[in-house]
Amino acid sequence: MTWEPVIGLEIHVQLKTRTKMFCRCAAGFGAGENTQTCPVCLGFPGALPVANRTAVEWTIRLGLALGCEIAERAVFSRKNYFYPDLPKGYQISQYDLPSCIDGKMILPTSEGDRVIGIVRAHLEEDAAKTVHVGGRTGRIGGADYSLVDYNRGGTPLVEIVTAPDVRSAEEAKRFLQLLRQTIVELGISDAEMEKGTLRVDANVSVRPQSSDELRTRTELKNMNSFNFVARGIEAEVERQVAVWGSGGEVKQETFDFDAATGALTPRRAKEEADDYRYFPEPDLVPVEPPAELVERLRTELPELPAARIRRIERKLDLERATVLVTGGLDALWEQTVAVGAERVAAANVIANNVVGAGVAPAAVPARELARLVEARERLPRAAFDEAIAKLADPGFSADPYLAQEAVSDTDELEPIVARVLEANPGHVEAYRGGKEGLLGFFVGQVMKETQGKANARVVSELVRAKLSA
Amino acid sequence: MAAVVDTLRLTAEEAAGLLERGELSPAELRGAYLEAIAERDGELHCFLRTVEEAEGDGVPIALKDVISTKGVETTAGSRILSGYVPVFDATVAGRVKKAGLSLLGKTNTDEFAMGSSTENSAWGPSRNPWDPERVPGGSGGGSAAAVTAGLAPWALGSDTGGSIKQPSALCGNVGLRPTYGSVSRYGVVAFASSLDQIGPVAKTVRDVALLYSIVSGRDPNDSTTAELPEPVRLPEGESLAGLRIGVPTELNEAEGIEPGVGEAVRRALELVTGLGAEVEECSLPRSVRYGLACYYLIAPAEASSNLARYDGVRYGPRAEATSYQELVDRTRDEGFGDEPKRRIMLGTYALSAGYYDAFYGQAQKVRTLIIEEHREALSRFDVLVSPTSPTVAFRVGERAADPLAMYASDLLTIPSCLAGLPGLSIPCGLSEGLPVGLQLIGPQFGENLLFRVGHALERALAFDTVPERWR
Repeated sequence: MTWEPVIGLEIHVQLKTRTKMFCRCAAGFGAGENTQTCPVCLGFPGALPVANRTAVEWTIRLGLALGCEIAERAVFSRKNYFYPDLPKGYQISQYDLPSCIDGKMILPTSEGDRVIGIVRAHLEEDAAKTVHVGGRTGRIGGADYSLVDYNRGGTPLVEIVTAPDVRSAEEAKRFLQLLRQTIVELGISDAEMEKGTLRVDANVSVRPQSSDELRTRTELKNMNSFNFVARGIEAEVERQVAVWGSGGEVKQETFDFDAATGALTPRRAKEEADDYRYFPEPDLVPVEPPAELVERLRTELPELPAARIRRIERKLDLERATVLVTGGLDALWEQTVAVGAERVAAANVIANNVVGAGVAPAAVPARELARLVEARERLPRAAFDEAIAKLADPGFSADPYLAQEAVSDTDELEPIVARVLEANPGHVEAYRGGKEGLLGFFVGQVMKETQGKANARVVSELVRAKLSA
Repeated sequence: MAAVVDTLRLTAEEAAGLLERGELSPAELRGAYLEAIAERDGELHCFLRTVEEAEGDGVPIALKDVISTKGVETTAGSRILSGYVPVFDATVAGRVKKAGLSLLGKTNTDEFAMGSSTENSAWGPSRNPWDPERVPGGSGGGSAAAVTAGLAPWALGSDTGGSIKQPSALCGNVGLRPTYGSVSRYGVVAFASSLDQIGPVAKTVRDVALLYSIVSGRDPNDSTTAELPEPVRLPEGESLAGLRIGVPTELNEAEGIEPGVGEAVRRALELVTGLGAEVEECSLPRSVRYGLACYYLIAPAEASSNLARYDGVRYGPRAEATSYQELVDRTRDEGFGDEPKRRIMLGTYALSAGYYDAFYGQAQKVRTLIIEEHREALSRFDVLVSPTSPTVAFRVGERAADPLAMYASDLLTIPSCLAGLPGLSIPCGLSEGLPVGLQLIGPQFGENLLFRVGHALERALAFDTVPERWR
C-alpha cells in the first residue's frame, strides 16, 4: 500500500515589539537575568495586564498577510496551570475567539499552487525561561533545583495553526521557509529558530493514498531548524507506516526530536489529561479593532513572497525564484538585472557567492555587482571572491578587481593541467569510468596550483579535452 | 497628650477644615487617631498594622489590607502573604497619597476578602464597636469598625458581593460600592476580577463622596476602568422632589430579613415620601432568586484562577519541599485557610472541562439576565431601596461553622454587584440596639444621585453613628 503523510503545523512567533504583551517592560534578549521584570510580568498580587496595542496590530497584519478573516471581537482567555515559568498560574491567550481565522497560504510549486489552510492565528504571552539543574533529563522532575529567568515571560507570541494540508516533509520545510520570510518582511519578528523566536511543532499522521480518513496523529516538538523539522517528520512518517504496515496501531504520543541522533523520543505520558479551565480574562476588555484600522493595515501590506516567487519565476525559473525570495535576495537580484546583469548569472552569483560570503544583500551596490557578474569568467577566481566579500564595504568600487585578468593562455595552463592529471591517476580512471562529476575536482586542483588566477572556464575545457583524449 | 479632638464624632470634612484653618496640626490630628487606636483597638482588632511615619499632611486614612502599599506589608488577611511587602502602590493608594492623605495603617479583612464577618482572617476576627461580642461584618469589617470607633475618619474597602456595604450596615456608617469600572483595581489583591470594586467608608455621605472623588476615574493600568461621565458633586440639598424611588419586593420581603431590619427601612421610606420623592413597589424576581447561586459560581471560578499565583516561588512563605509540585502543594496547603480552599475547589470544579457550560457558562448567562432586569427597573426608577443586610450584626462564631448561613448575609447586596451597579449603604436606625443599614442602588455611574438621596435621608434620619456605649 502507498501511504500519504497528513501534516499540520503549529508555529509560535515571538513578536519584536519594544515592550512586553501586557506590561511596559522591555522585551528582547541579552539583558541580565530577571532585570526586565515588573509587578505585572512577575504576577505580583493586584498587578493587572494592559494589552500591547502594537502587538495587536501586528497580529492583524500577519493575519491579513495569511488571508485570514480579522475578528471584529477577539477575546483573551486564561489558560490555567501550574509551572514555575508561569508567574500568574495562568497564561493569557486568545482561545475560542482569536484575532485571525480561516486563512490560507499559497505555496508555489512546479505542479501549480499548493494551498495550505490557516485555521487560526492568535495572540498570547510567552512563558519565562527555566533551567533545571541536576538530574538526568534536563526536565523539572528529578532536577536538583530550577532557575527561572522572567525576562522572556510576557513577551508577545503569535501562534499560527495550519490545517492538516501539508503532504510531505519537504513541503513542510518549503512552507515554513515561505512563512518565515513573510513574517520577516512584515517586520514583526526576527523569526529565528536558533534563537527560539520561531518555534515549530508538527502533528503527523499517515493514511492510505487517496483516502480522506484522518488517523491518529502524533506531535513532534523541539525541532530547532527547518531541516530538523523535515528530518523529524520524515522519521515519524516512516515509523508510522511501519507500525500500520505490521498490523499495529499508532498511539497518540508526543515526541522530542534529537538533532544529534535524529531519533524521536516519546515524552512520558501524563497520568491525566490536561484541563486548562479556560475562561475569558476578566482583567482585559475584548479586542475590537475598528474597521478603518483593519482596512489601513490591509492597504499597507507589501507584495508578499508567494506572489513575488510567481512573478520572478516568469523571468527565471521556480527553483531560483524560490531561493531568491525566501532568502530575501530578490530585491538585489531585480536591481542587478535592471542595470544590465544577465538574469541566471546574477541569480547564481547572489544565491551562491554573495550569500556564501555572508554579505548583507541590502548593503550591496547593484551596479558594481552587475559589473562583477558580467566579468566573472575572465576574472581570477581569488579576485572575484575578494570583490564579492567586500561588496558591502562603504564606497566599494569594482574597478581595481576588474583590472585583473585571469590566465586564459592555454600554453601556460596546459602543463599545469597535465601535472594535476598525472598526480591523480585514480581520479582520472574514475572520471573515464563515468564519474564526470570529478571535473570540478580537477579544475579546483588547477586553480589551487595557480593561486586562483586561472580562468576557470578555460581550465575546465582543457581538462575535459585532455581526459576525453 | 490629651485628645485634642473627639475622633468618634469628627468627620473627614471637619478634620480637613481644622487643618486648613490651622486649628490643628497634621501631627496633632494623626496623633489623635493613633491614640484612639492605642486605646480601643486592643478590643476591636481593626488594624493588622499601623504606620508610624507616613507621608502626607492631610486627613489620615486607613486602607483595607487587600490594597497594596509600597513598603508596608500587605497580607490580604492571609498567612500565604505574611511578610509580603509590595514594591508598588495600588492606584488607589497612590491617589490618596497624592491627595495628601496620610496612611494610618492596614485594616483587617476576611482572607482574600472572602467572608462576611472577618472571622476568616488568618490574623483573628475584628469586633463590632457597638457590641464586641458581635462581628463587624465582612470582608471589610476592619475598615468599617475603625471608622465607627473613631480609629480613622475614613477608610477604603473592597467589595465583591457586599464587602463594603454589609460591614458599613453592621457598624452603622456609610459605605459605597462604586460602579464597576469607576475605580481602579490595579494593585488590589484580586478576589473575583469581574466583581471587585474599591470604595470608601466614612461617617457621612459627603465624606464618602469626597473620598470617591479622590480615588475614582480612569487608570491606564486597569483596562476595565472608565472616565467618570460627570464630576463628583458633594451633596447639599435636602429635597428629594421629583425623584422616583423603587422598592423591589423581593429585596424587601426576602426570607431571613429580621423584623426590626424591615421596620427600620420602612420608617426611612416614609421619610423619603416626606422629602418629596415618589415611592413605589417594583420587582427584581430573577435577580434575587438566582443571584446568590450565580455569584457563588462566578466569584469562586475567578478566585480559583486569581489565587493560583500564590505558589511560594516569588514571594510569601515557601514550604520545605523536595520537588516543585510538593513545594506548590505544601505552600498552598499551609498558606491558605479553609474559606479560600473551599472557593478554589468550587471554582476549579465550575471551570472544569465538561462542567463549564453547565456552571460558569450558565452563570454568565444568568448574570446577563440580572443586568437586564436591573436596567429595566432603573429605567422606571431613579434609585432602588432595600435593607443592606437581612440581619443586624450577629455573634462572633454564630455562623462560622455554616458557610451557607454566612453566604446568605450577602443575599441583598449581591444582585446589584453582579449587575455592576453602584450601591450606597447608610445607617437608618437601630434594631435590638444594633445599627440597620439601608441600601440605595443606582444606575451605572449614578453615584451623584446616590449621594443626593443618601445625604437627604441622612439629614432626615439624624442617625447618631457613635455606639451607645461610648456616648
